[in-house]
Amino acid sequence: MAGAWETVIGLETHVQLRTLSKMFCGCSAAFGAPPNTNVCPVCLGLPGALPVPNEQALRLAVRAALGVGCSVHPRSIFARKNYFYPDLPKGYQISQFEQPLATNGSLSYLSPDRGIATATIQRLHVEEDAGKSLHDRFPKQTAIDLNRCGVPLIEIVTGPDFRSPHEARTYLLTLKQVLEYAGISDCDMEKGSLRVDANVSVRRPGDTALGTKTEVKNINSFAYVEKALTVERDRQIAVLESGGTVAQQTMLYDSKTNNVRPQRSKEESHDYRYFPDPDLPPLVLTEEFIAEQQTLLPELPTKKRERFVEKYALSVTDAAVLTADRAVADYYEAVVHAGAEPKTAANWVMTEVLEDAKDHGDGLRVPPGALANLIGLVRGGTVSHQAAKRVFAEVAERGGEPRNVAEALGVMQVGDAGVLAAWVNEVLGAHTTEVARYKQGETKLLQFFVGQVMKASRGKADPKLAQRVLEEKLAS
Amino acid sequence: MIDPSEALASAKAAADRIVKVKRLNACLTPIKELRKSLAAQASAAHPSGVLYGMPVAVKDNICTLEFTTSCGSKILEGYRSPYEATAVAKLKAAGALIAGKTNCDEFGMGSSTEHSAYGRSLHPFDKTRVPGGSSGGSAALVAAGAVPAALGSETGGSVRQPASLCGVVGIKPTYGRVSRSGLVAFGSSLDQIGVLGRSVHDAARVLSVISGRDPKDSTCEERDSLRLPTVPESLQGFVIGVPKEYFPQDLDPAVRRASDRAIRLLRELGAAVREVSLPHTAYAVATYYIIAPAEASSNLARYDGARYGPRFNGSEDVRALYRTTRGEGFGPEVRRRVLVGTYVLSSGYYDAYYRKAQQMRALIAQDFRNVFDRGVDLLFTPTTPTPAFKAGEKLNDPVAMYLSDIFTVTANLAGLPAISMPIGRIKGLPIGGQLIGQAFLEDEMLEAAYALERAVPAGEEA
Repeated sequence: MAGAWETVIGLETHVQLRTLSKMFCGCSAAFGAPPNTNVCPVCLGLPGALPVPNEQALRLAVRAALGVGCSVHPRSIFARKNYFYPDLPKGYQISQFEQPLATNGSLSYLSPDRGIATATIQRLHVEEDAGKSLHDRFPKQTAIDLNRCGVPLIEIVTGPDFRSPHEARTYLLTLKQVLEYAGISDCDMEKGSLRVDANVSVRRPGDTALGTKTEVKNINSFAYVEKALTVERDRQIAVLESGGTVAQQTMLYDSKTNNVRPQRSKEESHDYRYFPDPDLPPLVLTEEFIAEQQTLLPELPTKKRERFVEKYALSVTDAAVLTADRAVADYYEAVVHAGAEPKTAANWVMTEVLEDAKDHGDGLRVPPGALANLIGLVRGGTVSHQAAKRVFAEVAERGGEPRNVAEALGVMQVGDAGVLAAWVNEVLGAHTTEVARYKQGETKLLQFFVGQVMKASRGKADPKLAQRVLEEKLAS
Repeated sequence: MIDPSEALASAKAAADRIVKVKRLNACLTPIKELRKSLAAQASAAHPSGVLYGMPVAVKDNICTLEFTTSCGSKILEGYRSPYEATAVAKLKAAGALIAGKTNCDEFGMGSSTEHSAYGRSLHPFDKTRVPGGSSGGSAALVAAGAVPAALGSETGGSVRQPASLCGVVGIKPTYGRVSRSGLVAFGSSLDQIGVLGRSVHDAARVLSVISGRDPKDSTCEERDSLRLPTVPESLQGFVIGVPKEYFPQDLDPAVRRASDRAIRLLRELGAAVREVSLPHTAYAVATYYIIAPAEASSNLARYDGARYGPRFNGSEDVRALYRTTRGEGFGPEVRRRVLVGTYVLSSGYYDAYYRKAQQMRALIAQDFRNVFDRGVDLLFTPTTPTPAFKAGEKLNDPVAMYLSDIFTVTANLAGLPAISMPIGRIKGLPIGGQLIGQAFLEDEMLEAAYALERAVPAGEEA
């Protein structure tokens, strides 16, 4: 009975900033080093060691904030979030609480249900990551790897704006696009560089008050976002429909069983006793610093999508596909700039180019100029659309100029009426019955004859010209 | 310029003097280890350094490579830091010799050195009394003549109070003047490394060496190291404020006499002396005992036995490890402050305690600015309400112990530089007077201290 319920979802996304070093020390932030090798007194939380903010991390965080339309505050405060856990060596995480870096943003995305929708970004703040507890490394013992400890993160919190798990996922993909576009993060959920927690509740349509929410954690891949949220949404509906009430708690998603379970009370969050970190003065950002980050922000997907619709007369859906990846969008524009007709270029990029890229490690193997030339050959009738695909594949594989490749492949269309006439005569001679039927008024057989001519010419005939020659011959 | 054998001789003499005062329990470093290290340091010391060959003892909550850094606590027993404090590195670069680690109240929490896990230090003049604290070991070593200077640290008066009680000079610089990197944190917004010395000059030249910018500490100011003033002819032109709140009705009459004498001498030196008011002084101790424990509760969270330091029984699950390690590793005063700090930061109490305390702290700092804005250069007050008290006298009365910091906590709350210097004796026990200066104007403060030091009969009964 999901139809009788409205789903309300808000997301908290943690994103690892793409910096060489950690948030508060000079250790490498690289993923995958042997355990406990990227560490120093600061990120190990040794007695007496003090944090010093990483300026590059602040640049990226500000760019991210501007990218999701937030107001960046000239003064923000680092705060300590206190809790005990063995992979948190200081006993607190440096984060931001009362005065975050940025607030009040929005990100528009293409909702599968509602068209263009807007997610409000309530806040964006900077923090450091914790280490990792490894429970499966040694039997009955927990090992701790502190390489990740102190790696810079931003947390991006939305309002309760999503009305379906699918919408939430779409927002997340849009956010990922923005962050990838601007070089802020590689957003790899499997490596943990993008992590998402979701607040989920349901209510009757028309209700203005929110239902009791639960927080869903441990969603560790894009593929599971929708599944996890759906499972929790359905669980809440089932609870309510059987007359129960939803308990406000944290639910852990298990991707193996596609189920959620309440977090044990031991794992529950306690009072974090946030207070301003006395080791770090207020973070003061000058107008110039913020403005500089704005100039370093590229055109973002939404803007680009809108521009593509406007400038190239593309559909919103096509523009969305083309702008999903910055490299693809740039490629598309280069093809257009090289003279290809925008709509045709879009079709080529969305089909041949993206399929080829998918099979070849996201490589865009045919240079944009070459694709534009190939499109020109089709348009001029020199190569058929079908043949052009073969030329494309060949150019992708071995390079070369499309015209030369088409010649070498022998797929140049024959536009000479004299040469065509020979194939036409051959076809008409071989199909006398059909010719008779045509002449008795069965004119739809014309396409059959065109097909036969194409076959006889092994695709080299220009189909339009072939049709004209056929019509002339059959009329005589 | 200097004979390298001088450093070796100085190292040996320092070790001999430290052995001689072993009964004070002021130095925690085993003597054999100390001798060996001093000799090694002396042969490695750079002869061109301004402190070449000068032995400087270091409080046990400041990280050194040469010796363990236990912070007077069982929870860090035997802990060796893999890096050294910036202040220590600067001392060594200037040719000084690190002359062992000095006893202190655990993590700097205390005013008598009785809260050390390694036993109390004795007052060098009277073994039944305390040397003050928390930098009591440093003060006692200097007062006993074992070293010319020692590093201490302050959160609420832990350098000046023992300096006053032991009859030596103690300087707490402006917050941000000396890097805190390698100073084991107690109350980070209040903590500063300070110096105890036989004389204003000994303390000041050590301070000058350890001061200055440090990229490892975001709260350390971008400033060059402190330049030492010369000894002035007079204090003509100085306006010295005497805040009436520091001379309450019930002030010990001998302390009042000693202070009055010092004030008279300041006048005779040419300074204009004015009574001033710092109206929020009454709230300083309460404010301090919210902010310092709050920060301590967070700063001390890292001592959980998981990564370093001793583990105590019951390490079967991680919660049990925390409970037993922290329950047995910390002494009662530390546990008390961690509990208080945890409480005042809890949601529901934060606004009533921590936020209020921060607001009061701002008012206390404003009090000082108001006075300085009206032309006052320095303030003079007694450093402590009494001379050295008996061991055990305040051990079971935390509030009485806390009140021995009543005249010193304000400078920490306001981040201002302050110096305590001997101004007389009370029944043979030293008592200190305090000058509080304006932020980063240590040089003016030291000028006045030089002048007063020359004039005051510090060894005479007040």
